[in-house]
Amino acid sequence: MSASSAFNDEKGGSSSVGEPEYGHDPASGGIFSSDYKRHDDLKEMLDSNKDSLKLEAMKRIVAMIARGKNASDLFPAVVKNVACKNIEDPNQLIRASALRVLSSIRVTIIVPIMMLAIKEAASDMSPYVRKTAAHAIPKLYSLDPEQKDQLIEVIEKLLADKTTLVAGSVVMAFEEVCPERIDLIHKNYRKLCNLLIDVEEWGQVVIINMLTRYARTQFLNPNINESLLEEGGSGDKTFYGSDEDEDEDEEEKEKKAEVAAMAKRKPYVMDPDHRLLLRNTKPLLQSRNAAVVMAVAQLYFHLAPKAEVGVIAKALVRLLRSHSEVQYVVLQNVATMSIKRRGMFEPYLKSFYIRSTDPTQIKVLKLEVLTNLANETNISTILREFQTYIKSMDKDFVAATIQAIGRCATNISEVRDTCLNGLVQLLSNRDELVVAESVVVIKKLLQMQPEKHSDIIKHMAKLTDNIQVPMARASILWLIGEYCEHVPKIAPDVLRKMAKSFTNEEDIVKLQIINLAAKLYLTNSKQTKLLTQYVLNLAKYDQNYDIRDRARFIRQLIVPTEKSGALSKYAKKLFLALKPAPVLESPFKDRDHFQLGSLSHLLNAKAGGYQELPDWPEAAPDPSVRNVEVPEWTKCSSREKRKEKKVEKPFYTDSEGESGPTESADSESDSATGSESSSGSEESGSGSESEESKEASESEEEEEEEEEEEKKKKKKDLKKPVQESERGVFLQTIAPSSTLKSYELLHRITGEGLSVEYCFSRQPFSPDANMVAVQMQFTNNASSDTKNLHIEDVKLQSGMRVKEFPEIELLPAGETATAVMGIDFCDSTQAANFQLCTHTRKFFVSIQPPVGELMRPVFLTENEFKKEQGQLMGMNEITEKLTLDVKCRNEHTIVQRVTTAANLSRVPCGSDKEFAGRTVTSGSLVLVTVATKEEGAAQLTVNCEKMVIGTMLVKDILQALTQ
Amino acid sequence: MIHSLFLINASGDIFLEKHWKSVVSRSVCDYFFEAQERATEPENVPPVIPTPHHYLISVLRHHIYFVAVIQSEVPPLFVIEFLHRVVDTFQDYFGVCTEAAIKDNVVVVYELLEEMLDNGFPLATESNILKELIKPPTILRTMVNTITGSTNVGEQLPTGQLSVVPWRRTGVKYTNNEAYFDVVEEIDAIIDKSGSTITAEIQGVIDACVKLTGMPDLTLSFMNPRLLDDVSFHPCVRFKRWEAERILSFIPPDGNFRLLSYHVSSQNLVAIPVYVKHNITFREGSSQGRFDLTLGPKQTMGKAVESVLVSSQLPRGVLNANLNPSQGTYTFDPVTKLLTWDVGKINPQKLPSLKGTMSLQAGASKPDENPTINIQFKIQQMAISGLKVNRLDMYGEKYKPFKGIKYMTKAGKFQAGLPDKWTLEYIKTELLHKEIRIN
Repeated sequence: MSASSAFNDEKGGSSSVGEPEYGHDPASGGIFSSDYKRHDDLKEMLDSNKDSLKLEAMKRIVAMIARGKNASDLFPAVVKNVACKNIEDPNQLIRASALRVLSSIRVTIIVPIMMLAIKEAASDMSPYVRKTAAHAIPKLYSLDPEQKDQLIEVIEKLLADKTTLVAGSVVMAFEEVCPERIDLIHKNYRKLCNLLIDVEEWGQVVIINMLTRYARTQFLNPNINESLLEEGGSGDKTFYGSDEDEDEDEEEKEKKAEVAAMAKRKPYVMDPDHRLLLRNTKPLLQSRNAAVVMAVAQLYFHLAPKAEVGVIAKALVRLLRSHSEVQYVVLQNVATMSIKRRGMFEPYLKSFYIRSTDPTQIKVLKLEVLTNLANETNISTILREFQTYIKSMDKDFVAATIQAIGRCATNISEVRDTCLNGLVQLLSNRDELVVAESVVVIKKLLQMQPEKHSDIIKHMAKLTDNIQVPMARASILWLIGEYCEHVPKIAPDVLRKMAKSFTNEEDIVKLQIINLAAKLYLTNSKQTKLLTQYVLNLAKYDQNYDIRDRARFIRQLIVPTEKSGALSKYAKKLFLALKPAPVLESPFKDRDHFQLGSLSHLLNAKAGGYQELPDWPEAAPDPSVRNVEVPEWTKCSSREKRKEKKVEKPFYTDSEGESGPTESADSESDSATGSESSSGSEESGSGSESEESKEASESEEEEEEEEEEEKKKKKKDLKKPVQESERGVFLQTIAPSSTLKSYELLHRITGEGLSVEYCFSRQPFSPDANMVAVQMQFTNNASSDTKNLHIEDVKLQSGMRVKEFPEIELLPAGETATAVMGIDFCDSTQAANFQLCTHTRKFFVSIQPPVGELMRPVFLTENEFKKEQGQLMGMNEITEKLTLDVKCRNEHTIVQRVTTAANLSRVPCGSDKEFAGRTVTSGSLVLVTVATKEEGAAQLTVNCEKMVIGTMLVKDILQALTQ
Repeated sequence: MIHSLFLINASGDIFLEKHWKSVVSRSVCDYFFEAQERATEPENVPPVIPTPHHYLISVLRHHIYFVAVIQSEVPPLFVIEFLHRVVDTFQDYFGVCTEAAIKDNVVVVYELLEEMLDNGFPLATESNILKELIKPPTILRTMVNTITGSTNVGEQLPTGQLSVVPWRRTGVKYTNNEAYFDVVEEIDAIIDKSGSTITAEIQGVIDACVKLTGMPDLTLSFMNPRLLDDVSFHPCVRFKRWEAERILSFIPPDGNFRLLSYHVSSQNLVAIPVYVKHNITFREGSSQGRFDLTLGPKQTMGKAVESVLVSSQLPRGVLNANLNPSQGTYTFDPVTKLLTWDVGKINPQKLPSLKGTMSLQAGASKPDENPTINIQFKIQQMAISGLKVNRLDMYGEKYKPFKGIKYMTKAGKFQAGLPDKWTLEYIKTELLHKEIRIN
């Protein structure tokens, strides 16, 4: 009973169709049979406050589900606990475990919850949780393929992740869900290449295989000249022709072909990204993991220039010292490679020598490789080696060796006679199987030059007395019949012997006896007429209908009667036509159209889910698609983050004048590392960074970890009510005063000479942290002094508070004075009404804040931002599409306009333009994202739990960006 | 990726199954049994078997077939490597990987398998991380667990998985900080009758046992790194540093691990530590044969050759052997025709020899005079390749660790004395070497 059917028992779903019944499992049954009663404990554990208990309960449930136990009564408890509570747990391990449990429940009704949980986890600040999210994607996809589009969005997001922990898992999800979406890789290609060496082993395999396919679609064939040569008329080039010593003819052809190519194409220059991939995968040839080594080897085989492929040989040969299963797979791949690129394995010839302790299947594969590697120079060594193999006790292997000798003989004409002689010697071997196999191979060889070898045919004719293996007897008879004119005396005698033993022969031998009789009748009817008729008569009454049919057919064909038709005239031509010699070729020939190292290659058949290895493109697609504005992968470590901030710093200071209070972003990392020049080179995104030592990246990662902890602490701080110390930071992040907008409180005409303007200074109001500071500027335009300026009769909505400015005792004529008052707007845009009093008059005034002033900036990292944003979905999220004002299409202007409209701070290093702040009174988070697309199209998203504020803010920012 | 796993013992019983996705009926193993029947030897079962709906990928270790069920395209080596990793983990946890051990620890086995794969994709395969998640069984813990019903799942939250150095957990603490390295070498050789080497190769590994507090960063350098012809590393080793400086630089995993494997090829002159002189003769028509065998040390740099064991597969015609060893004891099994001679230590002053007669089956033709001769031996205090560690330094932590290099060499397929390799079997040789402190 599978998990899904287990749930369906209760839920009445129907996804379990075709699920096999789960048989009794003696191993697990006894131990877990009491699970059912323990479910109450599990529920209790899930509800407990202790992390370890929750974790354990969830582990047990996963184990139960994996074993197909009925866990349906736990379903509500799990979902309640897991989906709703634990996914928001402060401990990242709990969040990850919760997601794992949730995604292991194969019940369709939880698809929406799962989707939500995956989306949320994909934005989690913990890379481990994001990794778990990547793992959950294929699970959800197999549960409900309808979700593909949404899942692709998540994959796209996770592909942009910069941590090594996530990279392998998300590429795995990519391969399972949308391997055809190669376009998603472009922007992440360089990052993946650079992260590769630090990704865990299993992820490396998946990434390398995927990048092989990617490279085949994006780069040009580095061996373009070679393949032109192949096309260019060297079709008669025998397959054993050595790659290295091409004769002059071919060199000339090559030149011609090259000239032709020059005319057609530009000279080949390798794309730097292609080079990056080759360079960054090469060290992995020294991985301890055979799968990684094989993955790199196939990458080189399919992508590297011919001259560089050789490096993989040594690593592959090393794998031959591993477990026999590893050898088996590696040898299959070497067999395929050794046909195309023989040169690279030649130095390792001895490594393919067969040991008596090798299993037969390994022996046969090594033999295959040795045969592929044989050429004029090493054939004598190889044949000597083969001779020792023939003495083996392993008969299957001996048979394979004899066939291998035959192949060497057909491929290398120089040794054909030597091989033939060796095989003829084997005909006197004590072992009948050896003799039989030799006969079959000799038959094939003799077909090449029969006239030279009549003595061998004679020798073989004698063997019919002793040899009993049907295939061998049949082969001999065929040979004698085919070349009967070379052995005119012996042939009829053989027929005579065969006629005697006809009834006792196997069917294939009988057929060949009839064949021999017919051929002899046609060439030497005088001596064999009677024998032939005798044989045909025997065959006429044979038990096997094939043989009876054949006899009838042949009699009609060769014995002329009045009834026989026109065909009998051509009987001789029919039977004694010149037959083409058989071609003995490797079963591994052309197997490289399958990606090497794949299951499909090994089976020589397409396995389900196999992704074809595309052909090289004729012309390279645009390489700029891989360009990344800011090389994103550089953000993966804090050190580089710092560099980034350095890059961004001038951006703020330059654009917004001298005030430059921008140190805040760097407050946590005061040490300035990384020169401008180095960060500049990164920006070019050339990928040259790969040379950076692993040491460096590791230590960076450690730093990152520390930083993570810091962030955690910080996050806790953020949740506390805003404190003084924190505001110290905010103080510095505010926008410079030049950008502050002034509002009129009192016009000088209404004010009888007194004019008052105010602005929201965006400074913290020190007497009360929950108040918005309003800076007022009083100007006395009258000719007389104004005295005793103060506030009276404040009318406020409930909850609102005002902290008046201290009374201004005297404002002389023509003078200006400023004062700051604090207003707690209670996170609303309701106006604060009050009377502004002088010594003579009272003016009714009101201050209504734009919504953007009801908040103060907070510093969030991108991860924190994403995390928080993830928690403010649904009703709390407002999204609006817009077209940006023509003047407002660059990042700088957008940032400026948004920060002018609302008192927010930009999230550093964000991929989009992200801004964060908290409302002044309640400290609710306000998150703003501006995602820009082509042609000024953009999308504005505001996440805030105060929906009114959110709605108004959207309106304001929209206005700011579109005007 | 990996859908299910079946464990099948030598007699063809499925004694454990584990499914990571939906349940695959165990009848899928019938295809495996068919292939097994076709194969003459257990190791000739093809590692990859296609069936109508699945693919079976298997490894054979310790007489147990680990059969993984795959549903779609996946690199076969990926699965094979993973299965071997599973076996290594079981061995690490239970000491041995036998059917009995697996059945005794079935709970831990399931817990391990659950953590090692998630939805068929490898999750935690590092022994460090796993041990943090699931504690290896001890007698005491097993008893307590049986009584209290608790499991081996770790009490603390496993923070190792979060580490960016995936092979090392954070917060490691030891009172005694020590790092030991064992250089283990195996020599494979075929030596012909005249004593000249046909082929000789050395495979070596450096196994480490590192128990250091915190996040130490180690560098290990060799006196003669050029000896190493082909190396493969634990993921902790920094490739670039090795490429540039031939120095092993790494943050070690906690506990036991294999730092690197290397190969010293036959191009470099390999010292052969022992020689064999033998003379085995049969006369046509006689029912007697003569046997004469002498051993001696060759290039041992003055170190003693110990634990020598000679074995030989005598021809079928030999009925019995009546021999006289100059030292040690010998046995001859008349059924298998296997002669074994436990020599012990070779004394260079008095070379060990084994002489005597063999009785032959009457009327049998003259047997082959080149029977198999295999030699096993140990040599103390010598690395056969001559590899020497130069320095071991630690950075990143303040304390002073106790460091030791223990030269330990294991040899592989060693055969001597005969021209016909088909009658030769290979011998494992174990060479244990002295401990050198390099503090």
